Amino acid sequence: MAEFHEVSPNASAGEKLTNWFENRLPTAFEAYKVHMSEYYAPKNFNFWYIFGSLAMLVLVIQIVTGIFLVMHYKPDAALAFASVEYIMRDVPWGWLVRVMHLTCASAFFVVVYLHMFRGLIYGSYRKPRELVWIFGCAIFLCLMAEAFMGYLLPWGQMSYWGAQVIVNLFAAVPFVGPDLALLIRGDFVVGDATLNRFFSFHVIAVPLVLLGLVVAHLMALHDVGSNNPDGVEIKGPTAPKDAKGHPLDGIPFHPYYTVHDIFGVSMFLMVFTAIIFFAPEVGGYFLEYNNFIPADPFKTPLHIAPVWYFTPFYSMLRAVTSEMATVLALIVLAAAFFSARRLPSAFRGVVLVVGLAVAVMLGLIPGLGNLLPFLAPVTGGLLKAVPLLGGIDAKFWGVVAMGGGVVILFFLPWLDNSAVKSIRYRPDWHKYLYAIFVLNFLVLGYLGMLPPSSIGGRVSQIGTLFYFGFFLLMPWWSRIGTPKQVPDRVTFAAH
Amino acid sequence: MSDTPVDTSKRTWIIASGCAGAVGGIAAAVPFVSSFQPSERAKAAGAAVEVDIAGIKPGEKMTVEWRGKPVWIMRRTPEELASLPKLDALLADPKSERKPSDQAPEYARNENRSIKPEYLVVVGICTHLGCSPSDKFTPGPQPSLPDDWQGGFFCPCHGSTFDLAGRVFKNKPAPDNLEVPPHMYLSETKLLIGEDKKA
Repeated sequence: MAEFHEVSPNASAGEKLTNWFENRLPTAFEAYKVHMSEYYAPKNFNFWYIFGSLAMLVLVIQIVTGIFLVMHYKPDAALAFASVEYIMRDVPWGWLVRVMHLTCASAFFVVVYLHMFRGLIYGSYRKPRELVWIFGCAIFLCLMAEAFMGYLLPWGQMSYWGAQVIVNLFAAVPFVGPDLALLIRGDFVVGDATLNRFFSFHVIAVPLVLLGLVVAHLMALHDVGSNNPDGVEIKGPTAPKDAKGHPLDGIPFHPYYTVHDIFGVSMFLMVFTAIIFFAPEVGGYFLEYNNFIPADPFKTPLHIAPVWYFTPFYSMLRAVTSEMATVLALIVLAAAFFSARRLPSAFRGVVLVVGLAVAVMLGLIPGLGNLLPFLAPVTGGLLKAVPLLGGIDAKFWGVVAMGGGVVILFFLPWLDNSAVKSIRYRPDWHKYLYAIFVLNFLVLGYLGMLPPSSIGGRVSQIGTLFYFGFFLLMPWWSRIGTPKQVPDRVTFAAH
Repeated sequence: MSDTPVDTSKRTWIIASGCAGAVGGIAAAVPFVSSFQPSERAKAAGAAVEVDIAGIKPGEKMTVEWRGKPVWIMRRTPEELASLPKLDALLADPKSERKPSDQAPEYARNENRSIKPEYLVVVGICTHLGCSPSDKFTPGPQPSLPDDWQGGFFCPCHGSTFDLAGRVFKNKPAPDNLEVPPHMYLSETKLLIGEDKKA
């Protein structure tokens, strides 16, 4: 047991009370020091460093508003739509709580995308912060699950058909797909059973996992210390420190960054409340108009699209047609050839066989038949003899591309080989490349909202190739060019 | 770590009880995962439905619910039937050969994909991602459709098109023809959807 600490009998009542608690729960006082008053963060944080705190704020808003919504909502296919309208019309201030919840869902993704972009440009995922980044990516995945399942609950047309399309994606998995989709829906179509389980996941399971991950994300961050726009380690063995061992380039999180964050929170709340009160649907982007029509399993709306935050990945899904799968098969083959040439002969065969197998699964053989008509009799004959050579449906590869678009982020710490962390000291052309990457992501997002068109399809195919090329070729391109001199201390002008 | 040497006899029992615990844990997960499957009530709702088709005029379509899905019953005109074989070259799988058992029961594997030529019975769910295609029976050029359109179905989600036998056109996202559910005629005008003579 820890030693009991006595205070002077003349101490004030407040001091005595604090001492009483400190003797009985020292962990809480220790945690306050480690995470707040003695957590030293770099003093050169800029605008981009507000989004972590904002994500926390948005999470709290979602939990609080969610608790109040559950008090009136009915997770029943026959009652759900009406209960949401009841919240909007009859529950005192219910409309405000609901509009806060749905606006915050979009705000969450705005904040998280900007937070991830910050990590991307300043190399915040690099050693020793790999785990911080991985926990963050897991949080992003959880958020997507949370948002997708939450969107079914109002049981409008878009809720229903969105869920129908996404659950059917799982049916594209070879062999087990149809059973898997059945297991997810709990019925032969999206129905009451699906609504009930999505409700359970949305309000209990995923939020619990999410909270656990947020704690892990923060613990990992506070153990290794925050990165900063210069990518300079302020707590490293050679970093300058004061007599007490505190970094000279760091300032305690509380009170400096707590006050700084309150300013950011005020700015955020201005925009947030403006949206809530003046444009809660944001022209159909935050809340799609089709969702004001109750779910009708017999009638698909003329145009269905996911909410904006899913559309970049939805574009990648739609980009993979059988034609695109053939292109991917050829790329896989070429990659296998090039890497095989550099490998010791023992691995060469393995790499070639695996590459060829993947290419065949991508539909190489029917693809070649379509591409080169004179080969069609040969490929046709092959397929007649061994139907398995036809490969897996392009639909499945679309699902793989959509999932892969998120999963590839997890590997970022090991893909980036550049000599310096921060974009500030990387070769100038890296900045342009990142700008194109962001633009490409926005274009994919825009195209994902539109109905399918042939030109949009082509653009999103190129965009998808660029997105994956950016990451998969990063081990090579990030090495090219001469980085600038990184300073020993962070660049900071007192203000 | 303590410096006490590992007691191997104890270590064996620790591993053994760890394995036993893992088996118990997996066994305990089985009922939870199984509870995700369709309930008895959901399965019962999948029972066959009886439909009176006397009221459908040639060129008309009616929709009934089976297993929560829309099932279309369409009475095709002789002209529409005659146009079907001409489309074969434009279709991805005109003879329903790709996945025969998934697409149609044996008695519906013919040019019309039906038992009686004029009556088409298909599940109105696109084989791509499960949207419900809309009726586009009027032939001729119209938005989103080819100029030589002969009448059929159009899926609004990703643009797949189907002819009047539910067969998918080439180079569309949907991989397969619309599914023909098991069905049988109880009499001239009574149709049972969800069961056939084999069952």
